[in-house]
Parts: sequence; structure tokens; C-alpha cells
Amino acid sequence: MSEDTVLDVRHLKTSFFSKKTELPVVDDVSFSVKKGETLAIVGESGSGKSMTSLSIMRLVPSPNGKIVGGEVFFNGKDLVQQNDKTMYKVRGNDISMIFQEPMTSLNPVYTIGEQIREQLIYHQKISKREAHQIGIEMLQTVGFSRANDIMKDYPHRLSGGMRQRVMIAMALSNNPKLLIADEPTTALDVTVQAQILDLMRKLSKEYDSAIILITHDLGVVAELAERVVVMYGGQVVEEASIEDIFDDPLHPYTEGLLNSIPKIEGTQERLDSIPGTVPTPDNLPVGCNFVTRCPYAMEICKQEEPTLIDKDSSRKVRCYLHEEGVKNHGQQHRSS
Amino acid sequence: MDENQMKQEVKPPPQVTGAETLGKHESMLSIILKKFFQNKLAVIGLIMLTIIISSAIFAPWLATHDPNATSTLDRLAPPSAENWLGADHLGRDIYSRMLYAGQMSLWVGFAAMLSATTIGVVVGSVAGYFGGWIDGVLMRVVDIIISFPSIFLLITIVSVFRPSPEMLIIVFAILSWTGTARIVRSEFLSLKKREFVLAAQTLGLPKRRIIFGHILPNAIGPVIVAATLAIGAFIITESTLSFLGLGISPPTATWGNMLSDSQDLTVFLTAWYYPLFPGLMIFITVLSFNFVGDGLRDALDPRVVEK
Repeated sequence: MSEDTVLDVRHLKTSFFSKKTELPVVDDVSFSVKKGETLAIVGESGSGKSMTSLSIMRLVPSPNGKIVGGEVFFNGKDLVQQNDKTMYKVRGNDISMIFQEPMTSLNPVYTIGEQIREQLIYHQKISKREAHQIGIEMLQTVGFSRANDIMKDYPHRLSGGMRQRVMIAMALSNNPKLLIADEPTTALDVTVQAQILDLMRKLSKEYDSAIILITHDLGVVAELAERVVVMYGGQVVEEASIEDIFDDPLHPYTEGLLNSIPKIEGTQERLDSIPGTVPTPDNLPVGCNFVTRCPYAMEICKQEEPTLIDKDSSRKVRCYLHEEGVKNHGQQHRSS
Repeated sequence: MDENQMKQEVKPPPQVTGAETLGKHESMLSIILKKFFQNKLAVIGLIMLTIIISSAIFAPWLATHDPNATSTLDRLAPPSAENWLGADHLGRDIYSRMLYAGQMSLWVGFAAMLSATTIGVVVGSVAGYFGGWIDGVLMRVVDIIISFPSIFLLITIVSVFRPSPEMLIIVFAILSWTGTARIVRSEFLSLKKREFVLAAQTLGLPKRRIIFGHILPNAIGPVIVAATLAIGAFIITESTLSFLGLGISPPTATWGNMLSDSQDLTVFLTAWYYPLFPGLMIFITVLSFNFVGDGLRDALDPRVVEK
């Protein structure tokens, strides 16, 4: 692991157990995040994005969910092996998270000030007065001019965009090295989305925090991310830089995702879509997880599961089309 | 959704102040108080309770006689300037005894309520938050306790042990925390799935703080209502036991054992005032607690919009 890697996830596997069956929701996921970098994790609903982030935080819903294998190295420590006490110090302090639903992620019975102060006092062991001061500064940083008033307000008095900004202020107030943003703009309208994205970009520079951006919105990805991990059925199917993903997607699933974005140039009668839905973890097909929806499916795809291969130094893909040996056959198929 | 309802409820009337869209900071408490005081019955109940509770507290100053002093001359004396509400079959002043009896009844009611609510809240929170086998074990214990017919269990226990007030409180608490535990558990089951709980977890707050600091305050409304109504129920139960001769033993006065003492044909025929006043006190007190409980229920329920 190089010096500037903040987070290194290796072969992470998280499963849900019901009765005696094991349902893998995160299956052999590996990726790493460098200092100050923004990494996007993209995929449809149910592809295991959120479970990956909860696994990193060690907050997989118990008692049914469990991390069954792999490592999550954060600053050289494997978080999977840490005890609960260490995790309490990591959460909020080293790794913070913001969520999709800003309307419900603040506690309705406490004022904004009380909520910002509580976690500051808990993590930094500072006085209430100091915490209040930091809270006001953080609120100003995220663009509240009346920060003093906001501290006294209850969450119901703020709009969705304002609450998301409060969440960002709280998440960044302990100066975390990594911020996990789980669909931070999905519940907001477009103009507010742009503000929040701007804010996140600005603050990640200012605080030198790495960001893991979880989303299904490729527009947001293009806006913010430097590298992209595409997930499907609990697995990483492609990893590449932002340019490569948009210019030359390797995996048929990535291609399908990109084709389903409306284009400005040219007329298009209907948007392309990927046929079918993401298979549920208890209903994964034999072989490649994507085989049932893949336009290029070959015989081998139905028999054996492809592995994640290094295409070049910065690209990885999990597809037989790009594996040596079967590659030629695939290319022919693709051009036909 | 709950938030939306809460939002509706606490939103101040639309203000036409232009740029400053947010009005003055209205705290949750002031809204609750406002809604409570709009309910006439609740206010009447509160006033009655204030009078009853202060009369119990100030009994030593308000009483005209020693509550246990007997006087053979005044046996079953009718209300007069000397004995305001008459005297009982031993010539004790009913008015003074009633004040001291109030002390005992209210003390048993409040103490039993506090202990039962504490046990119920802790058990319910833990069961609801952790779920799984912890929930299973705790809720089976609740089922077992509920499955006993409590009045018979009470009678058995108090006939075996000599019923001191402390003993009664402990027995009441052990037998009646189950309702609160179920209420709190069900609130926790829905609240723990809310995103602010996950948000608190990702901020690294410890479990104890999340359970009691973040989830419990959101679930406290129904608990307060249940607790208020429980005081009334405990006073009734204590009176029932005393009436059956199994409650707090004489000469200590309680409203229940005053009623019990007046169970006598001669008393019924000649001294109507003896059973009437203690009975009236039980009636008014319990009714007031119920009014206040209902008022609190409406005031704490965000779905009830203020008029």
C-alpha cells in the first residue's frame, strides 16, 4: 500500500443470513482511495453500493448482516479486525458519512446546535463554548450567513438543501480523512444539487478529505469524481478513470449505463435502457452476474464467473470480452 | 411520514415578513404547553391535582386534628365546626385523616409509577434497539408477567408479606412495568430504522448515547401519557387492596382503608359522610390524572394540530 492511500478495500465480502442461506450482497469488492481523491461508486439500486459503504464503517445491519471476509485498510489498520471501541473513534472522526435523505437524517427533537456540539464534544473533548464556536464556523463554511440563528433552530425549520448542508458541516467538523457520501443529492432538486456538489468539491480541497461518492447519477459522477468503480450484483465490474469510463467503457454494463443517459446532440426517439433488473442476491445467475441482461453474452459467461482483471495500470474489468484467449471471439461478436 | 406531520404541527402560521422567512424560535416545550392549555378538561384536571397534591404535602399544617387520635365521645359525629367532615367509628377526624391518607396514596402512586416506568423504559429500549435473541428473551418475560392475573398475584404476595408502603410500591412496580416496556419497544422498532439513528452511528456516538440520548427522547410522549394514567391506576389498586383489608395496615390512613372501615350497616345508615369523602377523593384524583393524561396525549401527539 503506497503512502498516500487512505482507504484500501481488499476482497471485501458481506453477506446477509436468513434461516440458513447466505446471501452475498457485497462479493469480493476491492478498490482503493488516495488522499484527497474523489472516487465514485456507480450502480443501479441493489448493486451493493450502500452495503459496501456500511461495511467500511462496520455498520452492517445486525444481527442478519455480517462481514464474512476481506480487509478494509484505513491508515494501515484493518478496520474489519478492530474492536468496537476503536470503531467509535474512527466513525465521525476519521471517516464520516452523509446520506440520501437529509429530511430524516437529523434528530427532530434537538436543535442543530445541540447536534453539532454533541459529536464535537464527544470526539475532541472540548468545552461546550468551544464546540459552539466551531459549530458556527462550520455552518458559515457551508454557506449559512445566519449561522448563529441556525444553531438555535430545530431541523424541521430547514429545507432539504439546508439540512444537507448541515449534515456536511457535521460530517466535516472533525476534519475526517474520508467522507462517504451516499447519494447526497438524490433527494434534492436540481439547482440545490448543483450547490451541494459545488460545496463538496470546494470543501474536499480545503480539508484535503478523500470522498467516496455513491450514486446512480452519472451526471454527478462526471461533475465530481476522478475515478469510477462500477458495481453490479455486489461485485466490482469495472474500475477506471473518469475519462476512460465516459470515452471507452469496457464492461457491457457500463456501456448500457452510459447509453441510458439522454444525449444533447441528435434526435433520439427513445432512451436506451438495459433490459431486465438487477438480480436479487438469492437469485444470481450461474456464471457472470450480468449474463441474463448482457447483449454480448457468450457460452462461457453462462458457465464460469469471470474474474476482475487488470486491463492496464489504472483500469480493471470483470468480463470475458477483455480476457486474453476469449477476447478475439468476443470482439468478433461485438462487431457483428 | 412522521417528520412531515411534525413539520406541519410545529410550523408557525405563515408570516408575511418577506426575506426573513423563519419566525421566532418556538421551542418544542412551548408548543406542547400551548396545546395542553387549550384542553379545558386537562386544565381542570391539572388544577384539581395541584390542590390535592399540595393539600397532601401541607397536611401537617392543614389538619385540624391528629389523624390517629381517637375520641370516644365523637364516634361517628356528623360534620360540625369541630369535625369539619365528621368523625369515624373511633372518633377520629375524617378531614385530617383524609389529608394524611392522600399523602400515603399519592406517595404509593408516584413511587410505583416512577419505578415501573424506569424498568419499562430500560427494558423496552434495550429490547427494541438490539432485537434478536435479547428482544426475544425480554419480551417472553413480559408475556409471562402479563399472563398472571395481577390482582390475584397482588393479593397472594401482600398476604404472604406484611404490606408496608415500600413493599406495595415494589410489588406494583414489578407487576406493571410491562405495558411501558411494550410501548417503548414498539416505538424503538420504528425509530431505530430512521436515518438520524444511522447518522448518529456514523458520527461515532456510543450505543448508550444513541439509545437514551437520541431515540428515547423521540419516544417519550407515549411514555409520559402512560405514566400519568398509571398513577391513577396505582391509586385505585392500592385502594382496592386496602378495601379488601390487604393494603397498608391501620392505623396508617389511606383512602382505601378509610372506605374499608366504613363498610358497616350502622355506618351506612347513620354516617353517610364517612364513606362519601374518601370515596370522592379517590374518584376526583383518578379522574384528574386521567384528564391530565388525555391532555398530555393530545399535546404530545404531533398529529393533533393546535386550534
